Amino acid sequence: MFIDDCVVASNTKIAENTFLIGLEVPFSTEKLLPGQFFNIKVSNNSFPLLRRPFSISDVIENRIYFMYKVVGEGTSIISKKVKGETLNLLGPLGNSFNIDDSFSTAIIIGGGIGIAPFPFLIKKLVNKNIQVLFGMRSKSEAHNYGLVNINYSSDDGSIGLHGNVIDLLDVELKNSDETKTKIFACGPNAMFRALQKYLTNKNVLCEASMESAMACGFGICQGCPIEFKNNPSYNLICKDGPVFNIKDIVI
Amino acid sequence: MNEIDLSVNIGSLKLKNPVMLASGTVGYGNEISEFTDLSKIGAIVTKSISLKPRKGNPPQRITETPSGMLNAIGLANVGVEEFITHKIPFLKKINSTLICNIAASSIEEYIECVEILETQETIKGFEINVSCPNVKEGGLIFGNDINAVGRITEKVRAKTNKPIIIKLSPNNSNISDYAEVVKKEGGDAVSAINTLVGTAFDIYSRKPKIKNITGGLSGPAIKPVALAKVLEISRKVDIPIIGIGGIFDWKDAVEFMIVGASAFQIGTVNFVNPRASLEIIEGLKKYCEETSITKISDLIASRII
Ligand SMILES: Cc1cc2nc3c(=O)[nH]c(=O)nc-3n(C[C@H](O)[C@H](O)[C@H](O)COP(=O)(O)OP(=O)(O)OC[C@H]3O[C@@H](n4cnc5c(N)ncnc54)[C@H](O)[C@@H]3O)c2cc1C
Ligand SMILES: Cc1cc2nc3c(=O)[nH]c(=O)nc-3n(C[C@H](O)[C@H](O)[C@H](O)COP(=O)(O)O)c2cc1C
Ligand code: FES
Repeated sequence: MFIDDCVVASNTKIAENTFLIGLEVPFSTEKLLPGQFFNIKVSNNSFPLLRRPFSISDVIENRIYFMYKVVGEGTSIISKKVKGETLNLLGPLGNSFNIDDSFSTAIIIGGGIGIAPFPFLIKKLVNKNIQVLFGMRSKSEAHNYGLVNINYSSDDGSIGLHGNVIDLLDVELKNSDETKTKIFACGPNAMFRALQKYLTNKNVLCEASMESAMACGFGICQGCPIEFKNNPSYNLICKDGPVFNIKDIVI
Repeated sequence: MNEIDLSVNIGSLKLKNPVMLASGTVGYGNEISEFTDLSKIGAIVTKSISLKPRKGNPPQRITETPSGMLNAIGLANVGVEEFITHKIPFLKKINSTLICNIAASSIEEYIECVEILETQETIKGFEINVSCPNVKEGGLIFGNDINAVGRITEKVRAKTNKPIIIKLSPNNSNISDYAEVVKKEGGDAVSAINTLVGTAFDIYSRKPKIKNITGGLSGPAIKPVALAKVLEISRKVDIPIIGIGGIFDWKDAVEFMIVGASAFQIGTVNFVNPRASLEIIEGLKKYCEETSITKISDLIASRII
């Protein structure tokens, strides 16, 4: 497992409050999998104390990119990092999206910054039809970094469909063969709940990348439990996930 | 210069160095072994184990606070049986000193756990958790009841010859009285401190940030409190003390030893820097070299007041 300082290669704004940071890593990036994440220490002192988890958003040669939204102290510190400064990376952590099962169409659903892991997934999805459904509050959050065939939806109607990603999905699924389609989703829990409900009586595979507060990110603190429908004990989002079959979990 | 002697004794328990990994912050050892060589560490204290498996509290279980964190894991653990069949074999292989931490909701449950685990050769000692703030039964109810702490120590002592460490709560006023009772009833050592009860609220939703409402505060924020508790015990009671609370580097560790700790445990730091234990061992060696100390045990309670 890798844990060390990595040098910032670039840090650019791609939408309102949304940035893409590239870090040079001294290890081979070949084995990294879409859906995995790194736990990042943003300072050299005890403020903030804990690491912050971020999905791998893209990989180009020996650079790993993280797409992040500024929501608090940690992400604010990251947004001020300039080329040549360092961040301490721990990872790669977690499981990954499973792209080996039989499907010909991938529907990618990103709610807000939940779009982050998908540029890397899209690179790994060769010979598949890909449709991206990107939902957001408002147009200011929109970008197209690493995405293809994008349909937007917005809560205020300022871009794409006036509605949410479930509305987009409904249209999309009507035009596709459910048995040959797989959905990959990431976003806020409210979106996952709606998605889970929508898919209840449908026969389409759906993997969801879940979030939780995390202290360690690798299974030692028990801080990130997720309930499974048919299991009395909790699973851990960091170690057993973050990617789960949406039908298995209690959201 | 000769090799520095880092070994310390806690009652009859001899550790190769004073660095211990705190209960609940390294699980059962397997995950952290990807980052650090556990065979080099003084001792590893496993996650509190109870007679039956415990599911633990629902999320959200943790939140960050200034220089610390609150947790309400709720003693999620695999239970004694699973611990013996699936966790001990790994812990045996890593060749570190294993201290088994036990939590229970009744005095009988503590005794039963010790009886079952006593025959496990890999276990070199017991740490009895009478101070978890996050469960309804047991936990702090015992930790705040000096008679209960005395009875638990006495009953557990009767069941095992292995070293017994009682992990004390900081959530009471006279921690040294508790240490005195532990000594009187035959305990080998005390560890201090477990987490402090705390809470945090979201000012917009006006709701608690963790589901359990209150949680245990750990990390650098609690270090001064922990040091004061160690000092109080060290001044009043002649019993080995294992210092715990907010240790992030070797300097914090040295401070605990000077104040009165024979050994120390590191907790929250493992989440941020899983290699901290080895870095602390290196730091201790350097400090000893610089200050011409040949035996680290000379540091214990060497405070000048
Ligand atoms: C596996 C995983 C992958 C992620 N990937 C991305 C990504 O690619 N891009 C991105 O912008 N964000 C991502 N996040 C969320 C990101 O980690 C948080 O936005 C970030 O920790 C906020 O830190 P802060 O200090 O700016 O915010 P603050 O609000 O100051 O602090 C956030 C604190 O709250 C905790 N917290 C509480 N609830 C949650 C929650 N539901 N999710 C995360 N943290 C929570 C955090 O652990 C942290 O300690 C991911 C989260 C996880 C678990
Ligand atoms: C997430 C977490 C879980 C913990 N679980 C236990 C436990 O099961 N049993 C126990 O005796 N102490 C438990 N503790 C307390 C620690 O062992 C330690 O006493 C405390 O965290 C203070 O040390 P620190 O500041 O170095 O973390 C836990 C602490 C944390 C942060
Ligand atoms: S974040 Fe620590 S166990 Fe998952």
